[in-house]
Amino acid sequence: MAFSKKHILGLGGLSAGEIETVLDAAESMKEISTRDVKKVPALKGVTVVNLFFEPSTRTRASFEIAEKRLSADVLNFSASQSSVAKGESLVDTARNFEAMGAGIMVIRHGMSGAPFVLARQVGASIINAGDGFHEHPSQALTDIFTIREKKGRIEGLEVLIVGDVLHSRVARSNLFALRKLGAKVRIAGPPTIVPGHFSRLGAEIFHSLERALEGVDVVIMLRVQSERRTLEYFPSIREYSGFYGLTGEKLALAARDVMVMHPGPINRGVELTSEIADGPDAVILEQVANGIAVRMAMIYLVARGEDA
Amino acid sequence: MSVLVKNGRIIDPSQSLDAVCDLYVKGDRIEKISKRAVRPAASDTVIDAEGKVVAPGFVDIHVHLREPGFEHKETIRTGSMSAAAGGFTSIVCMPNTDPVNDNASVTEYILLKARTEGVVNVFPIGAITRGEKGEELADIGEMCEAGCVGISDDGMPVTDSGLMRKAMEYVKPFGVPVITHAEDTGLSAGGVMNEGLVSTELGLRGAPGASEEVMVGRDIILSELTGTPLHVCHVSTLGSVRLLREAKKRGARVTAEATPHHFTLTEEAVRGYNTNAKMNPPLRTRRDVDAVLEGLADGTIDVIATDHAPHGRDEKNVEFDLAPFGIVGLETALSLSLELVEKGVLGLSDVIRKLTSVPAGIVNIERGTLVPGSVADIVVFDPGAERTVNPGEFLSKSSNTPFSGWNLRGAVDVTVVSGEIAFSRE
Repeated sequence: MAFSKKHILGLGGLSAGEIETVLDAAESMKEISTRDVKKVPALKGVTVVNLFFEPSTRTRASFEIAEKRLSADVLNFSASQSSVAKGESLVDTARNFEAMGAGIMVIRHGMSGAPFVLARQVGASIINAGDGFHEHPSQALTDIFTIREKKGRIEGLEVLIVGDVLHSRVARSNLFALRKLGAKVRIAGPPTIVPGHFSRLGAEIFHSLERALEGVDVVIMLRVQSERRTLEYFPSIREYSGFYGLTGEKLALAARDVMVMHPGPINRGVELTSEIADGPDAVILEQVANGIAVRMAMIYLVARGEDA
Repeated sequence: MSVLVKNGRIIDPSQSLDAVCDLYVKGDRIEKISKRAVRPAASDTVIDAEGKVVAPGFVDIHVHLREPGFEHKETIRTGSMSAAAGGFTSIVCMPNTDPVNDNASVTEYILLKARTEGVVNVFPIGAITRGEKGEELADIGEMCEAGCVGISDDGMPVTDSGLMRKAMEYVKPFGVPVITHAEDTGLSAGGVMNEGLVSTELGLRGAPGASEEVMVGRDIILSELTGTPLHVCHVSTLGSVRLLREAKKRGARVTAEATPHHFTLTEEAVRGYNTNAKMNPPLRTRRDVDAVLEGLADGTIDVIATDHAPHGRDEKNVEFDLAPFGIVGLETALSLSLELVEKGVLGLSDVIRKLTSVPAGIVNIERGTLVPGSVADIVVFDPGAERTVNPGEFLSKSSNTPFSGWNLRGAVDVTVVSGEIAFSRE
């Protein structure tokens, strides 16, 4: 299927066919990463700017490697939101890079919807690298790519997302995309961060991790994000971990060939035990490796979509 | 100078009038309304209102004029011109300026500016608390003496219930209502839109309807405790409508307003992170909108008010979280209110009543009527005229509206303030 989108602002805005096109393209990109010379000239002469308004290590590194493997010219911009708040607006910042010839902008921002502002205001293709609590398409596509690689399919799988779903862009992107691809999605956590409105988005809600785990094929553990004031939503990390931390005992309730995923960075002993993180069911580092291929596919496809 | 409005359909709910008549204005007063044709004198200004509606000039008891302090958004001059273009002849302005209207000298400044630069009547509201900080009472008595017609910390709720009670007690001798922006900020918790399906999908912090309802309930209770009349701003939820309906049934001295955006739009308008759909209280669900419409129809909601809240273009052209709350409303209110007639929610006369005599009565101003002898504030409008909303044509300094491009009906032809033409479409 052709991919004609100029931007990837969220997986909620892509069709099942478009998501599959990205996943298929990522397979070819992964092959490139196995070569001795891990580089293709696909984006020679294209300038990509990584606009990071929020600190990020792995997403940014992953995008940068992906861009370089496609031979794009890469510009990096980091700003703490406070320094931007003092002066230049988001739109003005982006317009400056546009004037320098940036054809693709990869944006990470602490506020939901920021990539939509840019898509309306600048001519470049926009890729959302995580916006507020809204979406994190490249991470979810990486998760789904990894699931598809391991399980051979998405349709019909039972996928459980555990943790602060309310404030999680990873959870939203996974929920939207997995539902479109025919998976069933459960979410589990305390009611303060797993609110009922998610059932209207197609998720099945659990407040008992044990019950939620029964028979699931995939578990995605969300990070406890202390910087996002998550801690106001439950009494203590200890209590949270007691009820919603993943242990070997609880994991035994899931399907026998269950996969355990985590978007990282892990809080060992909080979201899951080290035994699981380093154990045979975890695919956490494979996720990281696949992330590069998926991001190459995203950049490649929007660059072509722009031509179309 | 005299003005003769000929052959218009005069609708004045204050005197239960709906008939084709001539209206004669002498000086700044209504001279007479006559079923027989009035012959103009040579020096009279004649307005041909054939096929048009002639009504008392509209009264908007919820407007932000932004002056002093935020003149880049709106001034008393541009805000009053916008009002006149929308058919409003009296506007009641909220105190959240800079400095806040919390003392008589700011009140006097606003009134002076309005007299010298405004084209419609401006009636200020004084703050309940100094600086709208919710900590100590503002100079309520002196502001009322200077001309304030109500007190409110609009935009900011008075969180301390004890202080709100004191304000309600203290204000009694001055005879003005307490006007509440009902929001429990602990519950709204930094929400930038309604809490629900759309906020969940967009990943935006939501303010539940309960954050409004808890405060509506509290302020009704305090009004009943003190006996002070309470006016509830911009009702947006089903629960608030219920609370008000029950309070009125008990005989509480409570009135309420709804804005055109709250009775027209739902939270769906926020999709795409449209900052022109960001307001406080936020746009709610279909159920809430239906309840507001029901409240308007059964009289639970007394008044249509705009909450006209101008903001500069650059201020809205930002991340949704950073955009200020509010939209301009003066120049779209009539058309959106006429939709209520189209939908069968209210009769034309009821819509006009909620835009004239009822709001005037809430803030005790002698306006909103065409009874002979009263001040000649008049609007002439064509209820059937088709228009496409074009914010570029607004007389307001700002154009932040979610109704851009909407095809609506209703156009103001002439607005007369104190016997003088303040706006004319021609």
